[in-house]
Amino acid sequence: MFPKGTKRKFSDSREEPVAGGEDVNQSNLAAVRMLSSYSLQRQSLLDMSLIKLQLCHMLVEPNLCRSVLIANTVRQIQEEMTQDGTWQIMTQALSAANAAAQGSADRLVATEVLCRQTEAAQGEQVPKPFPVVGSEGCPAEEVAAAEVGMTMSTVSPQAPTSYLPGTFGMDPCWEEETGEDDDDEEDSEECGSGSEGEERERDSLVEDTRTAEQVFGTFEIKNPAPSPDPALEELFSDVDASYYDLDTVLTGMQSVPKMGPYDLLESLSSHGPSPLSSSTSCRSDLNELDHIMEIIVGS
Amino acid sequence: MAGVGGGNDFQWCFSQVKGAIDEDVAEADIISTVEFNYSGDLLATGDKGGRVVIFQREQESKNRPHSRGEYNVYSTFQSHEPEFDYLKSLEIEEKINKIRWLPQQNAAHSLLSTNDKTIKLWKISQRDKRAEGYNLKDEDGRLRDPFRITSLRVPVLLPMDRMVEASPRRIFANAHTYHINSISVNSDHETYLSADDLRVNLWHLEITDRSFNIVDIKPANMEELTEVITAAECHPHQCNVFVYSSSKGTIRLCDMRAAALCDRQSKFFEEPEDPSSRSFFSEIISSISDVKFSHSGRYMMTRDYLSVKVWDLNMENRPVETYQVHEYLRSKLCSLYENDCIFDKFECCWNGSDSAIMTGSYNNFFRMFDRNTRRDITLEASRENSKPRAILKARKVSTGGKRKKDEISVDSLDFNKKILHTAWHPKENVIAVAATNNLYIFQDKIN
Repeated sequence: MFPKGTKRKFSDSREEPVAGGEDVNQSNLAAVRMLSSYSLQRQSLLDMSLIKLQLCHMLVEPNLCRSVLIANTVRQIQEEMTQDGTWQIMTQALSAANAAAQGSADRLVATEVLCRQTEAAQGEQVPKPFPVVGSEGCPAEEVAAAEVGMTMSTVSPQAPTSYLPGTFGMDPCWEEETGEDDDDEEDSEECGSGSEGEERERDSLVEDTRTAEQVFGTFEIKNPAPSPDPALEELFSDVDASYYDLDTVLTGMQSVPKMGPYDLLESLSSHGPSPLSSSTSCRSDLNELDHIMEIIVGS
Repeated sequence: MAGVGGGNDFQWCFSQVKGAIDEDVAEADIISTVEFNYSGDLLATGDKGGRVVIFQREQESKNRPHSRGEYNVYSTFQSHEPEFDYLKSLEIEEKINKIRWLPQQNAAHSLLSTNDKTIKLWKISQRDKRAEGYNLKDEDGRLRDPFRITSLRVPVLLPMDRMVEASPRRIFANAHTYHINSISVNSDHETYLSADDLRVNLWHLEITDRSFNIVDIKPANMEELTEVITAAECHPHQCNVFVYSSSKGTIRLCDMRAAALCDRQSKFFEEPEDPSSRSFFSEIISSISDVKFSHSGRYMMTRDYLSVKVWDLNMENRPVETYQVHEYLRSKLCSLYENDCIFDKFECCWNGSDSAIMTGSYNNFFRMFDRNTRRDITLEASRENSKPRAILKARKVSTGGKRKKDEISVDSLDFNKKILHTAWHPKENVIAVAATNNLYIFQDKIN
């Protein structure tokens, strides 16, 4: 849908200054749509929500109501972003960032999965949400990493099945504790198996092998049992890292708010503008565009 | 300025404040629930440290007819201890989430207190007399030699220093997988319900090893979870009716006669959303934090983040009254989301005659609404207004650009000072307001 220049632009912006001008026009459209103020603020809100979901309360079980509300907010943002196409941009930016940064086949597979996810999501009535699953119960290392935002990708491969969020487009994983009202000792289930839209079979497999479903931040995450299915593990490990790469992209973009997105977002929150109209209004000014591009580059 | 809750000359005065004055508040001392008993003579508070403190109202002194009896500490006990769930490697907080009094059936008082997982029935009994002159044992309890007993005497009751004892009589455990948010005693005085995020259970007060699950909204696939139960309450007169509220701003009224599992509600209360005010935060601020039936049983009140709504049980499609608590926060929702204040769960309460309602806000403000006159007032619980019988001055938050004298601007509000828990005496105009670790008692000025 978008010219290749778009992908290059995002990945290049991380390592080198803005490249040749012939790509600028083509990337303008994507950049504009991404960076219209409403989109920025929405992105900030999304990022904030994801961080909230990830922050673990180490000792006490997190508040399920709060987690559900944040997850619904994330889902709502994702739905809107899917509708106006920015979701697609982000996915591709992510895959580009992945490909450029690591260049491994595994990553490409992962991003392909991601892209497939989002395409499937767009076709569905309710798009699969962002990896809304909070790793709220994640171990200390992951907690610290989450707050840093960048280093989690190094942590997750070591405990791939322990990290919940997994792919884009995975449904939120709400942990269920086994042995509910009655008896049973609960198995120390580990989370890390979300269900992907396309991998229903694996979902059932996962759910068979681990009797409990997942929930936001729980002990399962903290004490993961080794996955019985190495293929699944590998899949999730890829996905995990991809997620974190997205997170770095997002946090990178969030460094933008010199414009005070929260202030704007607050005012917008009571007006509920349509995203498309605001993006078209931004299209006109090239100077503003250059300014925005500088910000992407991360001045 | 005329207050709320009584006639035109009604004014609220400071009566007492309980708790430490230090700026440095210990987390364990933060009050987490406040509840008057049925007569209003006892006032119970629970805190984050798992303790329950019960205050008793002193008899009105004939010397000072203009002041009502003061509340003084009657009993303090440790209700819940922190626990560690070994299977999940998680702590179970000892914080008391709710206290509900049982109707008094004998000289002792009973209450239910709950933390996230376990409900306990406590019996509080007092002894202020002791018997002296037993035949078979000495004053210090040693058995007397039966051969030395030559005459019989009748033991006499002598007064002693009052001794109040709290003992746990029932422990209702292991029935909730998720965090308990509500308990409510049924009007039959035999059963009570407890609600967590996904389930509501019905208990018999005498039976601790069994409870009936009457509502279960847990989806088969937890990934589809989008809504949780936030509060539940039994109807005050109809023992088969109860309501539960959700995080999506809906209330379901259920009739236990209809089915064993009340998954299908009898009534469904929801106000249609105003499309012009829709935002990403719409759902969060619509989440209901508290639901309370009126004493009459004809209405119920719900508290969401910005407003209080009164519903007629016979009308499901919209509330009959809506009161804005702090509408000036609507433009600050993003900041409040960022600092998590948007998830604060405010409670609300009715006065004894159902003519007024009260709820808390930030900056130690609390709001009262008179349903008849439609007047409202904002008051503050602070040490500065804590001279005995000092009349509370109405407070106002300025929303526009110009701030009048005595008004406080929205940006100056202290969001750490939140009043989440308030209680109204069942019969009189006496209110208890919990401000972090302090309990304020206000009463009407007796003219």
